[in-house]
Parts: sequence; structure tokens; C-alpha cells
Amino acid sequence: MLDWTRANLDLVRELTINHVQLAIVPILASFVLSIPLGWLANRNRVLRAVVITGGSLLYTIPSLPLFVILPILIGTRVLDSLNLVVALTIYGVAVMARSAADALASVDRTTVEASTAIGYSPFGRFVRVELPLAGPVLLAGIRVVAVSTIALVSVGVIIGSQNLGYLFSNGKQRGILEEVVVGILMSLLVALVFDVVIVLLGRVLMPWNRPGRAGRKRAGLVADPATGGPAVPAPPKLDKADAGVGGGDA
Amino acid sequence: MIEFESVSKRFDDGTMAVEDFSLVLPSRQTTVFVGSSGCGKTTLLRMVNRMVEPTSGRVLIDGEDVAGRDKVQLRRSIGYVLQAAGLLPHRKVVDNVATVPVLTGTAKAKAREAAYELLDTVGLDRALGKRYPAQLSGGQQQRVGVARALASDPNILLMDEPFGAVDPLVRADLQVELRRLQQDLGKTVVFVTHDIDEAFLLADQVVILKKGGVVAQAGSPAEILAAPADDFVASFVGADRGKRTLHLRDGDGGGKGRTIVVDGDGRPIGVLADGPADGAR
Ligand SMILES: Nc1ncnc2c1ncn2[C@@H]1O[C@H](COP(=O)(O)OP(=O)(O)OP(=O)(O)O)[C@@H](O)[C@H]1O
Ligand SMILES: [Mg+2]
Repeated sequence: MLDWTRANLDLVRELTINHVQLAIVPILASFVLSIPLGWLANRNRVLRAVVITGGSLLYTIPSLPLFVILPILIGTRVLDSLNLVVALTIYGVAVMARSAADALASVDRTTVEASTAIGYSPFGRFVRVELPLAGPVLLAGIRVVAVSTIALVSVGVIIGSQNLGYLFSNGKQRGILEEVVVGILMSLLVALVFDVVIVLLGRVLMPWNRPGRAGRKRAGLVADPATGGPAVPAPPKLDKADAGVGGGDA
Repeated sequence: MIEFESVSKRFDDGTMAVEDFSLVLPSRQTTVFVGSSGCGKTTLLRMVNRMVEPTSGRVLIDGEDVAGRDKVQLRRSIGYVLQAAGLLPHRKVVDNVATVPVLTGTAKAKAREAAYELLDTVGLDRALGKRYPAQLSGGQQQRVGVARALASDPNILLMDEPFGAVDPLVRADLQVELRRLQQDLGKTVVFVTHDIDEAFLLADQVVILKKGGVVAQAGSPAEILAAPADDFVASFVGADRGKRTLHLRDGDGGGKGRTIVVDGDGRPIGVLADGPADGAR
């Protein structure tokens, strides 16, 4: 049992690290690139159609021809791992652009208007209001991109990329079932870890969005549980002693 | 002082929201636009901070045409309270209040400190400052909205049905408090409502609007009650239904009783005191 694994721990470790490195760049790049595309898509209907349809079309490009064409297009060498990174970024953007367009469109219009009315500049409003509020939908999109990118990295073995995909092809060629299984399990593990990290990042970056939190706090603190009314005492003006509760945080 | 000079607004779809509207809103006074839905109140209000641009005419603040001011700077210099509070859901209450000072370059720590003081001012417990808006009741959110509008210490405060979405008891609280704030702070307040009682309670100047922003009557609550300009106004303020008509009746109790005041239906609503009201303005 596990003879192959025990003998090849170093190989598995090296391939896993490589796999992770190959996946991270396209995931980050497609996130970053999709934001301006999503912004464009929300300018008008024509641009929206261009971004969404363009994304779908990109996604239908078969990966093998893309690997072949890319070196010609971007002047890399055929076995350069940059080819894989660029190809995966293209697929990532294809999916993520649509998510970003939807995410930005999901932001409550009244909130956006309110922020304009109190004096946000258009750029400031985009960065500090629209983008964070689009966060939950962006997060859902990038989770999909992360998982699919990690799966697609394996395809890169065709163009000589050293990653966990090597374990499937090599294992299959040599008839070592254990090697194939380890390859699959490790890819799943990498995908799972990425997903957990993304979700945790979302929690940290979007604390207002934590499910359940609002309910718990409310139950604990609101002064007027019977009517659900305000926690403010009836005579509206609080005196200093009351008002000081919980202060000193500034 | 805010002046509307024959202002009209036609929206892109052809709707004539406001037609040839002229009015002076004195400094440090509360002017209330009141009228039924769709008569152009919000449109008028939003022309002051250039959220809506007039099709013709001018809006002046202290003699200066707002059209010549930078939009973003103008909006930062004017407090704006919206119906649904319009708070940023991803910012803690204290940061919501501190928004505009931070935008204009005040250090964050300093802006927060000031924000906590504003929570006192609007009667909110400082502990609420660390919550997110969704964790507050509607009335509390409205108070935060007011605090945020006050944060840059603006001369002008625009309030668009700020208490429309809260229950009547809380609304009464908020109205009383706004009056107190206004007495302390002396802002030029432009307030929009379709509740005539709220208008009479808060206004120095009441502007009763008809469709298209046509002024049916503008004046102090006393002037409007004493002499409604026409049947529309009389019916709008409820004078025609006897709603505002009060009568005096001698109380029972064998001559010892005080004079009581009854409404149009004969229901007692108060007693008559000697001498003039000390709060008279
Ligand atoms: N962006 C817009 N495009 C087209 N028409 C508009 C727009 N905004 C307002 N209107 C129209 O202009 C008129 C006045 O609208 P406004 O919002 O000023 O009314 P209001 O008095 O504030 O009403 P409410 O009490 O319901 O808030 C209405 O007929 C409305 O439908
Ligand atoms: Mg309105």
C-alpha cells in the first residue's frame, strides 16, 4: 500500500507547488481584468453585449488549438509555461467578466445614488462603494474561476507543463493506478484549499456580509424587543452618561 | 439663502416635473415643501445640490448660481438626508457618519471622534457606532442619516421625506428632535414631506405645491391657516373639513373648571392657559 506515494513524495510535493503557482496567476489576473470589463458592460447595452458575448465566445475556444496558437501570437516559446498562464487567464476572464458585470449591476441603485448625493466623485464611488458592494457576487464568480482554473492547469501537461496533471498521464501510461489516484486527490485538495481561502478572504474583507451576524447582535442589544422599535429611550435626547457607553473606540 | 429663479425641469421622457418655479428660502430657517405625490418636491430639492439640473432658470445659494459650482464639492458642502436613510451598508455606523469629512481630507481618527459626538447630538448611543446599518432599526438609521448630513457642518440641510418610512411614534420623536437641533444649529433646512401636520410642525415657511411644482401658497403656518389662498389649500390643510377648527368650552366642575379647547368634532384636546405661549415665534 502507498508504495508509489512513499517513493515519490518529493515529486508529488514539487508538482503540487507548481500546480498552485500556475493556478494563482490566472485566477488573480482574471479577477483584476474582469473589473474594468464589468464596469464597461454596465455603461450601455451595446458594451454589455460585447463583453458578455465576447466572454462566451472566448470560452468556446478549444484549449489545444489555443496552446498551439498562443506562442505564435505572443511570441513565447512553445513549451513556455507562460502559454498556459495566458490561456488560463483568457478562460478565467471569459467567465469572470460576466460575473463582474452581474456583480456591479447587483449593487443597490439607491445606495449608489445616495453616495453620489453626499459627494462621492464617480471614481471614488466606484472604488469605495460599488466595488465592495459587488463583493458577494464577485466572490461567487471567482470561486467558480478558481476551481475551473485548477482543473484546467492539468491540461497543460500536453504542452510540457509540470503539474499534477503529469501524475494522471504518467500513471496511465505506466499503468500505476495509485499515481493516477494521488493526482486526482491532490488536485481536489488544491481546489478545496483555494475555495476555503477565498471564502475566508471574503469573510475578512466583507464583515458586513457575514450571515447570521446581524440577527445575533440584534437579539442581544436592541432595547425594545417587544415592538422591534428603536433602542433609543423615549425622551430622545440622551444625557452624557448614557451616551458614553461603548465610547473611546475612536 | 437659497433662491429659485423661474426654474423649470423637463425630464428626457418629456415629463414636465417643475414649471417656472420661483421662491426665496431664507437662511437659517426651515422651509417645507409639501404636496401630493409627483408634484415635483424631490425634483426641486435635488436641484439645490445638482442631482437634477434645471432645464431653464437658476438656483442660487447666497447669490451664487449652483450651475457654476463643481458638483462634487457642492454636494459635500450640503447635508442630504434621504427617505431610506441611504446609508452605506458596508460601513459601520460611525464610518457612515464620518464619510464626508473623510472625503474632504479630515484624518480618519479625528473624523470618527467627531462622528461619535454627532451620535450624541442625534440621540444615539455611541455603542451603536460599531454596528452596521442593517443592525439598526429604521428610526435609528434615520438618525444616523441626520448625523451624517451634519458631519461636514453644512449651512444647508436637504431632507427628502426623511421620516416617511418610520412608524408614527418614532416619527413624532424625530420631528421634535429635529426642531431642537434646528434651534441649536440654525441651519437652512429644506424639508420635503406630503404630511401637512409635519409641515406645520417643522416649518418657518410652508410651501404648498400643486402638480408641476406650482406654488399654491407659501407662508408661515399661521398665515396659511389664517388665510388659505384658495379651496385647494383649504382642503389640503383640512380647514374645509373643520379639522383645524377649535372651540372653547367652559369646563364642568361648578365654576371651578378651566376653559377647555375642543376640536371640530367636540373632542377635548387641551385646556386654555392664561397669557401668550412662551414658545411663540
Ligand atoms: N428621472 C426622471 N425621469 C422622468 N420623470 C421623472 C424623473 N424623476 C421624476 N420624474 C417625474 O417628475 C414628476 C415629479 O417627480 P418628483 O420625484 O419630484 O415628485 P415628488 O413630489 O417628490 O413625489 P413623491 O412625493 O412621490 O416623492 C413626477 O411626475 C415624476 O414621475
Ligand atoms: Mg419625492
